[in-house]
Amino acid sequence: MTLLRHTPAGEIKEREALVINPAKTCQPIGAMYASLGIHGALPHSHGSQGCCSYHRSTLTRHYKDPVMASTSSFTEGSAVFGGQANLLTAIQTIFSVYDPKVIAIHTTCLSETIGDDMVQIRKKAFDDGKVPDGKLIIYGNTPSYVGTHVTGYANMVKGIVRDLVKASETKGEHLAVIPGWVEPCDMREIKRYLNVLGVPFVMFPDTDGVFDAPMTGKHVFYPKGGAKVEDIATAGAAKASLSLGRVATLLGSEELSKTFGVEGDVVDLPIGLAATDRMIESLIKTYGLTVAESINDERGKLVDLLSDMEQYLWGKKVAIFGDPDQLIPLTEFLKTMGMDVRHIVTGTEGNYIRDRLTEINPTANLKVGGDMFLLHQWMKNEPVDLLIGNTYGKYMARDEDVPFLRFGFPILDRQGHQHFPTVGYMGGIRLVEQILNLLMDRIDRDVEEHKMELQM
Amino acid sequence: MIEHRPDAATAKQELTAKYPSKLAKKRGQQMVANKVEDGNVVPEVLANSRTAPGIITQRGCTYAGCKGVILGPTRDIVNITHGPIGCGFYSWLTRRNMTDPGPDGENYMLYSFSSDLHENEIVFGGEKKLEAAVREANELFHPKAISIFSTCPVGLIGDDVHAVARKMKEELGINVFGFSCEGYKGVSQSAGHHIANNQVFKHIVGLDDQVRGQKKFRVNLLGEYNIGGDAFEIEELFKRCGFELVATFSGNSTYGQFANAQTADLNMVMCHRSINYVAEMMEKKYGIPWIKVNFVSANATAKSLIKMAEYFEDAELLARTKAICEEELAKVEVMRKKYAARTHGKSVVLFVGGSRAHHYQELFKELEMKVLAAGYEFAHRDDYEGRKVLPTIKVDADSRNIEELHVEKDEALYRAYLSERKERLEAEGYTFSDYAGMMPEMDTDSLVIDDISSYETEKLIELWKPDVFCAGIKEKFVIQKMGIPCKQLHNYDVGGPYNAFRGAVNFYRDIDRMANSPVWKLTLASWQEESVESASPVLEPALA
Ligand code: SF4
Ligand code: SF4
Repeated sequence: MTLLRHTPAGEIKEREALVINPAKTCQPIGAMYASLGIHGALPHSHGSQGCCSYHRSTLTRHYKDPVMASTSSFTEGSAVFGGQANLLTAIQTIFSVYDPKVIAIHTTCLSETIGDDMVQIRKKAFDDGKVPDGKLIIYGNTPSYVGTHVTGYANMVKGIVRDLVKASETKGEHLAVIPGWVEPCDMREIKRYLNVLGVPFVMFPDTDGVFDAPMTGKHVFYPKGGAKVEDIATAGAAKASLSLGRVATLLGSEELSKTFGVEGDVVDLPIGLAATDRMIESLIKTYGLTVAESINDERGKLVDLLSDMEQYLWGKKVAIFGDPDQLIPLTEFLKTMGMDVRHIVTGTEGNYIRDRLTEINPTANLKVGGDMFLLHQWMKNEPVDLLIGNTYGKYMARDEDVPFLRFGFPILDRQGHQHFPTVGYMGGIRLVEQILNLLMDRIDRDVEEHKMELQM
Repeated sequence: MIEHRPDAATAKQELTAKYPSKLAKKRGQQMVANKVEDGNVVPEVLANSRTAPGIITQRGCTYAGCKGVILGPTRDIVNITHGPIGCGFYSWLTRRNMTDPGPDGENYMLYSFSSDLHENEIVFGGEKKLEAAVREANELFHPKAISIFSTCPVGLIGDDVHAVARKMKEELGINVFGFSCEGYKGVSQSAGHHIANNQVFKHIVGLDDQVRGQKKFRVNLLGEYNIGGDAFEIEELFKRCGFELVATFSGNSTYGQFANAQTADLNMVMCHRSINYVAEMMEKKYGIPWIKVNFVSANATAKSLIKMAEYFEDAELLARTKAICEEELAKVEVMRKKYAARTHGKSVVLFVGGSRAHHYQELFKELEMKVLAAGYEFAHRDDYEGRKVLPTIKVDADSRNIEELHVEKDEALYRAYLSERKERLEAEGYTFSDYAGMMPEMDTDSLVIDDISSYETEKLIELWKPDVFCAGIKEKFVIQKMGIPCKQLHNYDVGGPYNAFRGAVNFYRDIDRMANSPVWKLTLASWQEESVESASPVLEPALA
């Protein structure tokens, strides 16, 4: 019995209209995630309440933690006459009931189609005295018929830079760090690197301490974590910027350079050996630093693990799907392990993504702007030893009897992703460990009884 | 448990104190201290009213109610979301509707289909792309039917999903129909239930008129969505008693069952909110009477089964049903006693759905727990106060934009003997077409709140410290951070089934675990407690 029993193998017909089992979702959820990386911010969804409900539910299911966000609750009337009145009422209600430091508004397909002008409505809110002293409103344009959840993150990051960073004549010594869409623990890990290397920095967004709040018997509406508005403001005085993951951070990085004259590198997310090396090389370039012994040791441990276990990894076929900033370094890392990445699907489109993935892995089946239905068809035609992707991959994995590593967003059915980083060298070690566990469990399950090995 | 809870009226004041005055006034009408007077008269509550912009609400959208709730559990219809990718993505597999297609039955529930509108279609129109998507779906899957769901931007750009559906129906020779369920159409999911049911009724019910299986005791179950396998439990009981289940709307359902539903002799309404209009329409058109049932809780299950059996005026059926209920109730009672000993006197509040906040109170009664407060996320006044208020409900703009189907008697298919039976039974005191609502069954001075907000949720917990809170995923972890276990009643926290007899025992077990789990006593270390009493918490042993 199979679950996805209607997915045919054999000849694959190109579809031009129907998406089946998307490998992406829409912009606002990315904007919501980025907004929550500002301390004291309340994300606000400008549209009907359904979108906001869905985004909160999905983030909640991924993190098992509170996710707060308000909505303009459009009526049919606002859909026709514009959402300005709703948004102004919302702003007033939000400040009096939830008292955030910042309201971070993102638009939806609905408000964008009507053409609500965020610049003007925001100005009107201030002019009408709806914004108490010292409080802020920022926005990102995130129509869901453009881009994906990843570009939604990028658009809100751009909004954070545009609306919260302050210009400065004089430059400081600190680095403005924009991490892409990674887990709170990944942001924490990147901060650890910067601290160990002695690089002064401001990081935003920063969801560390937001989606992994401790249990205290109280609900803290604005959790401890998140980048502070005062700190974000100083990014305009940064010596340089470092952005991790091009698709999610380029807009923010460009805004920093264009508006505030802060230049910097945009490198891959530090997933795996080579990408982490490149992040550190960028820091060396900017700060001329000597890499701490402890970091070199961590790197050495990762290489040691790879060399010890290489026989289990070599030549194993892999299929992966997910977000481009993760897929690019992950594919590279899998190749470092000697694995054969056969099928790659990302829902987010872009020439850069296609070019990078083709360059790293020219022989794979690659679809940029594809869906999981296609990936599944590929897996049926050319089976793999390992599938990597978000929770929705579990149905394909079960049907095809393939070991499955949950990686990316969303992960709805496992825990750990919010606590244990996969970036940096230690993150690389965790990834290798997880992959080995899957492959070795498979061997232990399938091997003939007389060949069962105690040591592997 | 806390000793002194402020009374409902005081709590209500505290809950709205911080609101701007206009909002406070409106919320005031949506919260009432319950008072049950003679003839089950209860105070009026404002319901099915717009959520104020800026408020963090439990509610979702019309599309979610239409595609997610009603059509979601139907396994052999290809459901295409027409819109940008998000709406289709989020409604994919997140509602835990179970289905059993058998080894090679059709099952599209695990797939998410979307026309994935991009910017140029928003500018130039998406109908062509939708047509192509329907064609592609047909070519790949050859389903019996394809349905199309409009999302917000589709409504705005004016794509006519119904015209596309008609055209595709003609072209492909299969049933294709659409839903105008744009998210902004209603105040909550409720509008979506209505839109969905209307179309199912219009486009499927009545298409197949063959009476198969046994010719007597044929029933439909309306408003049961098979979360966590609830419908499986009920289906098995029906079989044992001797009822033939023609269709469930829409748990574990198929297209063919809907098409054949008009051949049943009795409709039972489980979730009154989401589907009472289908029962009404089927009665008007085909003469099938309906009764309100409830399979949440052991006693309610027995009562409902016996009422069903009585309807058929068959001594053997009634005797068998009674015997099964007796046997099952005896088994349940042993377990109930065991668990109630551990939950007795504890308190609960329920804020969820449009019928569940009522139905689950029965189970808590069986656990001897006290219901302090309850309310719905998307109910209307009749769900609170009972159907007798229906004529007094004002129609506003939001209700007006949902199509009312004008149903007439189907001269060929109307079965007069069913209405005659109804009259005869009514004369004997049997009640049809009635639902008394949630409030008459709640204590006087309990607090009833419609469309509770996250802020009010937190306040209520601070004031009343219930032992268990029932809500949904968005509220769950807020509540639990406050040290109170939260039972999700939309998706059961991956638990269930909770319906019928075995389900009731599952629920007892889960609530006992939640209310008595040692984890809630571990929140603070000895050095974090304000008044340090004992260094380490005393853990109660788990129930064997
Ligand atoms: S509110 Fe509209 S756009 Fe948002 S999820 Fe619902 S249908 Fe989709
Ligand atoms: S039982 Fe409740 S939650 Fe379920 S469909 Fe009905 S109203 Fe919705």
